Amino acid sequence: MADTSIQSARHDVARRLPGLVVPLVLALAVLWVLFLARGTPAEPAVRDPGRFAVTLLDGITSAGLFFVVASGFTLIFGLMRTVNMAHGSLFLLAGFTAISLQQAMVGKTRNIAPADVSLVSWIVPLLAAAALAAVLGVLLQQVFLRWNQGQELRQALITIAISVVLADQMLRQFGGLAKTMVWPGAVSHFIEIFGERYATSRLFMLAVAVVVGVALWLWLTKTRMGMVIRAGVDDEPMVRALGINVTLVFAVTFFVGAFLAGAGGVMGASFAGVATGKDGDWLLNSLVVVIIGGLGSIKGAVAGSLLYGLVVAFSPAYLPTQYTFYAVILSFVLLALVLAVRPYGLYGRPA
Amino acid sequence: MTGTLLEVRGLSAGYGESQVLDGVSFGMGVEAVGILGRNGMGKTTLCATLMGLVRPSAGEVLLTGQRIDGKSPEHIARSGISYVPQGRRLFPSLTVDEHLAMLAKGTKGKRWTPKAVYELFPRLADRKGSSGGALSGGEQQMLAVGRALLLNGSLVLMDEPSEGLAPTIVDVLVEAVHHLVSEGTAVLVVEQKLRAATAMAERQLIMVSGRIQAESTASELLANPDLQRRYLGVGSAVDAGEHPLEPQQNRTV
Ligand SMILES: Nc1ncnc2c1ncn2[C@@H]1O[C@H](COP(=O)(O)OP(=O)(O)OP(=O)(O)O)[C@@H](O)[C@H]1O
Ligand SMILES: [Mg+2]
Repeated sequence: MADTSIQSARHDVARRLPGLVVPLVLALAVLWVLFLARGTPAEPAVRDPGRFAVTLLDGITSAGLFFVVASGFTLIFGLMRTVNMAHGSLFLLAGFTAISLQQAMVGKTRNIAPADVSLVSWIVPLLAAAALAAVLGVLLQQVFLRWNQGQELRQALITIAISVVLADQMLRQFGGLAKTMVWPGAVSHFIEIFGERYATSRLFMLAVAVVVGVALWLWLTKTRMGMVIRAGVDDEPMVRALGINVTLVFAVTFFVGAFLAGAGGVMGASFAGVATGKDGDWLLNSLVVVIIGGLGSIKGAVAGSLLYGLVVAFSPAYLPTQYTFYAVILSFVLLALVLAVRPYGLYGRPA
Repeated sequence: MTGTLLEVRGLSAGYGESQVLDGVSFGMGVEAVGILGRNGMGKTTLCATLMGLVRPSAGEVLLTGQRIDGKSPEHIARSGISYVPQGRRLFPSLTVDEHLAMLAKGTKGKRWTPKAVYELFPRLADRKGSSGGALSGGEQQMLAVGRALLLNGSLVLMDEPSEGLAPTIVDVLVEAVHHLVSEGTAVLVVEQKLRAATAMAERQLIMVSGRIQAESTASELLANPDLQRRYLGVGSAVDAGEHPLEPQQNRTV
């Protein structure tokens, strides 16, 4: 009797521990950034509000980009249980394609200045490149994945194989050098925030991400197709037993998911450039975001992007100087903390 | 029996190695038919196989003379079988209204539209904005039935609709079944509770270990405790309790 009650008490502590540790860690992190930071590249926020504001904006704007890419990944996974390991390849392909299109529209291949770039010669390449990614995504789904619906491991392996092939072809087509898409002149300015200069192009990127997010939300909540997709995420066989042709819904979802990867690729190409190997980086980014947020949840993609974006922005600035090298590890600490409290991610549900 | 709407011949199915249905055969017209059977006899597997959610390993299913066995669930649903599954299987992410709106396309001018469903179950109309998961058991079942009706099928297939519901709610469902049949829609209802089953359908098929073991009528079953004991493992009289076939079941309203 006594034994079991001790055991259950111990079990109870083990279960509650993450719930206690996580708020504590969070509170410490906030305190550190606001007041305590010593020996860090940035002074505590109370003494250097400009640096803090810039870091915060960096986090939020990066989160916008993370969200656009990861929402496509999570949409596809949520409905079809397909882990699309070629998501990063679609990102990269759209980035390279948009750069080539922009160069063609501007009529220069090098030294393009923002002043050369009109809004149209940014948006048209974005839409065209994202559409290319979308069409490729649907082809991939129709030709390779459809027949393996429900076999998650097989689908993951197929998409890995495709990503390897695509990476090779992109290297051949676009070369191994990093390339950058140029922001339109109209949004390439600087504003002043607490005495710090801040690039308006980053705010523009955030605005694009918000537009994408709102459009996605309206599509999922207000349209019949959106309702069917949400129902399919809950219980796909039941949707079919109600006479709904999910084959079409799957294709549309893959189209939209791949479009989002492509749109993110163009935004990423403008924001940080693209190069061989970025496909893997962005697959990893998407994975981290959706694991934090919960696989299959759009709300989770918002929350995961914000948390991940903030950690990525804050850790190099507010870790002690000799440890900034370890900034990247903090993303995985975030991952571990979230999973300790919520094993299926913030908004995830057991499969 | 009036004509043949559904004809099932030697239907067998199972999961992997284990065979659950072992040659089910029966036919029905535009009428209410009950399938009675204890836990684990294969009632749900029969429904899932009829809907194309489980692949049959042998046998045929004909709906108004057309083979539907081996077809996809969406094909079968659109051929005219409306499915109300065991446990309701509502979509937690959707509101009541969205459950119906999602299926409203093509219902215009037909018997069942979302509006008609709300008229049949006024309680649902008050809960339009609630999510499927926030409803009471009775409301959930009404929504599961209403959602199926929007297919405007010729046969409604219900798997244990009375499960876990209070008698007053069961009465609402019984009334809905009679209403459907009087309008020319057939109902095939799976039950393990004698009271609900016999109230919904006079003709009763008895399922034992994946087969239709016997055919009986509501009046015969109610009058004959021997029959109940033999096929359904009931010892006590029917009216002694709400759950003569499954006394340990728990219940919510
Ligand atoms: N998805 C499944 N995978 C494997 N076996 C299953 C599956 N579903 C049901 N079974 C088995 O098939 C048999 C029949 O189950 P079924 O659900 O059809 O019975 P039932 O008559 O509907 O029972 P209940 O009254 O409990 O709903 C049972 O032995 C069950 O364990
Ligand atoms: Mg059952």
